[in-house]
Amino acid sequence: MTLLEVQDLRVTFRTPDGDVQAVRGVTFAVERGRTLGIVGESGSGKSVSTQTLMGLTRGAVVSGSARFEGKDLLALPPDQLRRLRGAEISMIFQDPLTSLHPLYTIGWQIMEMIRIHEPSTSKEQARKRAVEQLALVGIPQPDQRVNDYPHQFSGGMRQRAMIAMALALNPKLIIADEPTTALDATVQAQILDLMARLQKEFDTALIMITHDLGVIADMADDVLVMYAGKPVEHARRRELYYAPHHPYTVGLLESVPSATGDKTRLRPVPGQPPSLLSPPAGCSFHPRCRYVMPQCRVDEPPLPAGQHGSACWLPSDLVGIGPEVAARRQEASRAQRD
Amino acid sequence: MSLTEAQAEAEHLPEQPPGVPGKGPWRLAWERLRRDRAAMISLAVIAVIVLLALLAPVFAAITGHGPQDQFPSEGVTPEGLPVGPSATFWLGADGLGRDLLVRMLYGARISLFVGIVSTLLATVFGVIIGMVAGFYGGWVDTLLARVLDVVLSFPYLLVAIVLAAVYGAGLPLLIFVIAFFSFAAMARIVRGQTIAYREREFIEAARSLGAGKVRTMFVDVLPNLIAPVTVLASLLIPTSIVFEATLSYLGLGVDPRTPSWGAILYEATDYYRVAPGLLLFPALMLLITTLAFNLLGDGVRDALDPRADRR
Amino acid sequence: MLSVTDVRKYFPIKEGLFIKKEVGRVHAVDGVSLEVRAGETLGIVGESGCGKSTLARCITGLHHVTAGRIEFDGKDIATLDPKAFRRDVQMIFQDPYGSLNPRRRVGSIIADPLKIHRIEGDTRKRVQELMALVGLNPEHYNRFPAEFSGGQRQRIGIARALALNPRLVVCDEPVSALDVSIQAQVINLLTDLQDQLGLTYVFIAHDLSVVRYVSDRVAVMYLGQVVELAVGEDLYKTPRHPYTNALLSAASVADPDLSAKRERIVLMGDVPSPINPPTGCRFHPRCPKARERCVAEMPLLIDSGNGHLTACHFPVQPGEHLTSEHPQIQQQSTEPQL
Repeated sequence: MTLLEVQDLRVTFRTPDGDVQAVRGVTFAVERGRTLGIVGESGSGKSVSTQTLMGLTRGAVVSGSARFEGKDLLALPPDQLRRLRGAEISMIFQDPLTSLHPLYTIGWQIMEMIRIHEPSTSKEQARKRAVEQLALVGIPQPDQRVNDYPHQFSGGMRQRAMIAMALALNPKLIIADEPTTALDATVQAQILDLMARLQKEFDTALIMITHDLGVIADMADDVLVMYAGKPVEHARRRELYYAPHHPYTVGLLESVPSATGDKTRLRPVPGQPPSLLSPPAGCSFHPRCRYVMPQCRVDEPPLPAGQHGSACWLPSDLVGIGPEVAARRQEASRAQRD
Repeated sequence: MSLTEAQAEAEHLPEQPPGVPGKGPWRLAWERLRRDRAAMISLAVIAVIVLLALLAPVFAAITGHGPQDQFPSEGVTPEGLPVGPSATFWLGADGLGRDLLVRMLYGARISLFVGIVSTLLATVFGVIIGMVAGFYGGWVDTLLARVLDVVLSFPYLLVAIVLAAVYGAGLPLLIFVIAFFSFAAMARIVRGQTIAYREREFIEAARSLGAGKVRTMFVDVLPNLIAPVTVLASLLIPTSIVFEATLSYLGLGVDPRTPSWGAILYEATDYYRVAPGLLLFPALMLLITTLAFNLLGDGVRDALDPRADRR
Repeated sequence: MLSVTDVRKYFPIKEGLFIKKEVGRVHAVDGVSLEVRAGETLGIVGESGCGKSTLARCITGLHHVTAGRIEFDGKDIATLDPKAFRRDVQMIFQDPYGSLNPRRRVGSIIADPLKIHRIEGDTRKRVQELMALVGLNPEHYNRFPAEFSGGQRQRIGIARALALNPRLVVCDEPVSALDVSIQAQVINLLTDLQDQLGLTYVFIAHDLSVVRYVSDRVAVMYLGQVVELAVGEDLYKTPRHPYTNALLSAASVADPDLSAKRERIVLMGDVPSPINPPTGCRFHPRCPKARERCVAEMPLLIDSGNGHLTACHFPVQPGEHLTSEHPQIQQQSTEPQL
């Protein structure tokens, strides 16, 4: 069942240098209890999209719709959106230090959140729940650590505390924005394990935003790849990794050194991402695309709906990575050019 | 596996025409400043004041009134009071029958001169001392920082009065006193900025290339200090102008016969009931000048906003 | 080419208003010995705070070592002429935004080493050659760093490091601040430059697959010490130190099937503080194989054949199954810092 359905979301920031089109038409859906991974590089609009849903992009020009259980988040009055935030939808950020208040204890912050959304809860009850939450995310001696301030926690512990806070009101959807980027590999593994376990336990839907294809490979059921403010491909996880279609997705996968120790030359995506002040005409990836065709410079390819869609003019049967597919793609783009 | 392959990977970008010198941070700041209406008006006002000050002799020639010339018959009424604005005395005359406008314009020369020269001096010494303290750190820093604390906690007006009493008032002393009390503020800010920059990776990069301390300080740190220093300097000028006016008002400034805004204001106190213009015009001039410099300083600060030079 | 013998670097922690008293020491690098052979790439991996960046700065002479010897071409670098040494050993920094002076033109930044070392000749021509070498448009020499993207700025940093024709280049996380598709460009550039110019690299990163891709030999650091050092494939296929095992199993890989097959060893807790490192083996509070001996006695880095060095009393045998369970051993003074 669909929990959140985002339709043609567009976000523009007005700056003295011109309008920055940070998000240029994003459509996706999140199912109950499933994980949607949104992957993209800096400036792809992956974070801005979800921040907009939560009403965190002040001053931006927003259009489109985002239905969460029938309610359009983008049309909701601020006080109703605030009530939803934390209780029904909660967020986990990359740097817990910026989202935890430095002058209040961890426990106080969790209690406060519970009591804001459930005013009938007594102080003692809230405290008990805060301790339970900390225990749930694996913080040792939670009844003591509940009185600690954020700076007394290590990076991994702070992220656990953030997760405890995000789960405190048993939300239906958690949006995690680069939750492990600031953490070391061994701690990242702990946090990802924890998130996956708790998600299963509470049947929560999760949107996982990251630039790390490894994290997506571990966590996501469905994947959305974003480039220059637009989704370019969406697919089930295995399909995306083993039968990608969009040349950008292929490029991303080929840019990562292989996990098997293969030392053949990497095939990076040439060039740099475009400026969002004046995105290129046609397909926004065409200036960097190996298979660019005349049509790509003029017409913007649509993103087909369904289980696997790729916003690319190359025929849909040219799917996958590897030399053979690449050669066939090359041929197809040459054929179109003639 | 050729190098050209790796080069090509980076190359084919939509590039601007080659050879065009990049728009530097200064150009960009100037472009931002030009969009700032208040700052541009202030700049124009300052330009007009400077122009008027430069043209003071011309006004003297047109009106036929030198700055020191007294006109006991035309400038003073038979009752011995200063005349108001008229065709001959455009802004009126003072109690000795001197042309107020001409004196104000000559006064502008003194005010601007003192303001700019003492700020320049304060800036040069402030930057050098602040940069050395911040960059070298350790006991050098501790010593210099304490000296600055002492300077900043001096009762400056008292010191100025004592110095004027001992050495006699005069322009060089005036400039020295003003510069002495404003360089410490500059040095403090520069020191803080230098400490922040000392930890930046590009300073470490310079060290790893083998650059010496003095070179690093002037080549790598100094260009980054220009922005905050410019802002502070543009705010120090009006402060110095007011400081000069204060000291002159108290009779500690330049030779009392030489016109300066503070001295004119002091002399006006005897007559402000009968000739309010005598007080009003120079006070207005002082206000407009300091306001213009302050607004320009604010504009420069916004234009040089460090947040804008990251990307 | 370079040999590091029992190098230690401690940073004093000072407190006090007027007279600063030393109240503790950060044991950033604590007894590291290794050598770098001409023409090879030595990779150094480890999590944040393991001392890898400090080690890099000791090797390049940016830090004076507290104890130990670093020899370049058989001569102690402390006694070498600093200018001559800098000509041979250069460094590439992590942050492409922080390592270039924002107020100076790119041409002048790249020319810096030439000017500092008073190298005669046509400076502009040399700068343009260097820019072409690293794949930048030579015509852009009079632009400012802000006009370049992250990847291009990293190329500028590389050009600057190469200006003096160094023999050894220490790369401190050269790609970790870059987007995935740009990372691959820079890695390719670094490997090409090594082939063409016969460079020797010390390559420091926390990304295991990147280090595996570029390195001939790899050293794993934990809390200021090298715990394992071996030829890359050896280390990745048959890791012997429990920490290396855990680190390799924790790293997420961009391959869902491979990732699902892997067994994760989730370590307990976080890395302890380097101010009061644990006794004995630094890893014992988190080690699944820890025993009493590990608490008491610090293991030495011992060759177990084929130049595979491991600092562990009970190294992991091939085929051995490591659990995530932590044994209950007699904890002496050092509680694991959580």
